[in-house]
Amino acid sequence: MKKRGSSKFIISCCAVIMALAIATAAWAISDAYKENIYNPGALKPIDSKLKVKMGQKALDFTLPAVGGGKIALSQYRGKKNVVLSFVPAAWTPVCSDQWPGYNIVRDMFEANEAILLGITVDNIPTLFSWTNQMGKLWFPVLSDFYPHGKVAQQYGILRTDGVAERAIFIIDKKGVIRYIDVHDINQRPSLEVLITELEKLK
Amino acid sequence: MIQIKHVISIMLMFTILLGGSMGWTASLPVVGGILPDLSPGFSLPKPKDGVVIIEIFSMYCPYCQKEAPNVNKLYDKIQANPNLKSKIRLVGIGVGNSPYEVDVFRKKYSINFPLYSDGDFVIHKKLGEPRTPYFIGVKINTDGSHRIFYSKLGEFGDADAFLAEMVRLSGIK
Repeated sequence: MKKRGSSKFIISCCAVIMALAIATAAWAISDAYKENIYNPGALKPIDSKLKVKMGQKALDFTLPAVGGGKIALSQYRGKKNVVLSFVPAAWTPVCSDQWPGYNIVRDMFEANEAILLGITVDNIPTLFSWTNQMGKLWFPVLSDFYPHGKVAQQYGILRTDGVAERAIFIIDKKGVIRYIDVHDINQRPSLEVLITELEKLK
Repeated sequence: MIQIKHVISIMLMFTILLGGSMGWTASLPVVGGILPDLSPGFSLPKPKDGVVIIEIFSMYCPYCQKEAPNVNKLYDKIQANPNLKSKIRLVGIGVGNSPYEVDVFRKKYSINFPLYSDGDFVIHKKLGEPRTPYFIGVKINTDGSHRIFYSKLGEFGDADAFLAEMVRLSGIK
């Protein structure tokens, strides 16, 4: 009986260790955020159903920007390629270390005649506090907060818990969606792939 | 009973294999201790009776971006000092950064010291997943062994003061 009890204990320990190992998600958090990053743990990689596809005209939207005023996707029509970078939530690990990287490659976006629009479903005050930790961003950050996640919903990237997927859409000057990456929410998309896709628009 | 033994054996094997493949997170480098084996991603340089300063960074980290000019100044000061040039090596490890991303960082800040890519966070895990930037000072002994004499999170700011601290703490002449 005692032997069976210890066997059960070993099995339980192994199961816990295995579950922890599988749930491990990798990221490196900048000290810029101090101890203020909330770790949600490993999440279901994708939790939504895409409603748009490549080759289709991108749905227009108008959203408030952290810097003030509103920005419409259509205002870039005929002028610039647009990269929409949806990230799930402010103050979370991977998201906090995504846009600061884009912030030092403005020249790469501009070389491809592209503007970057960062979007989350957080409200403006939250985005203001969070993006302030990233330094001065050269690109607009938009709030898809109210009606909650409306744009994410229209694009089919609103997860069942109300946050957006970690997704990238590249829209050309004609307003056509040329690239979609609904990425594993636990991982940062490759910068190299993004830039390579932008270069294809030339 | 035989079935239970089989279940335990399989689970233990799987756990060991999984642990190895995931790279269990270690603790942060401790002053007085030694670095774990970071190969194949990184091999510790061995300047005889010298020092290796390792910066753990990420091109996505705002503080690493802000600190980059200071780290460049540190490198320039080492190179400009005939005595320290042969004794102190400065290297950077870009955690979660692909070779492409490390190269973006190198070009953006005109970095002249060696940078390594740790795209899959393997080294980052072995070092206890430090936030970035994180600096580690390692003294290389004459017999090739080494000892950590500095392990700290955050920017160092003033390059002159930091270099003086590295020399003092490591005891190099």
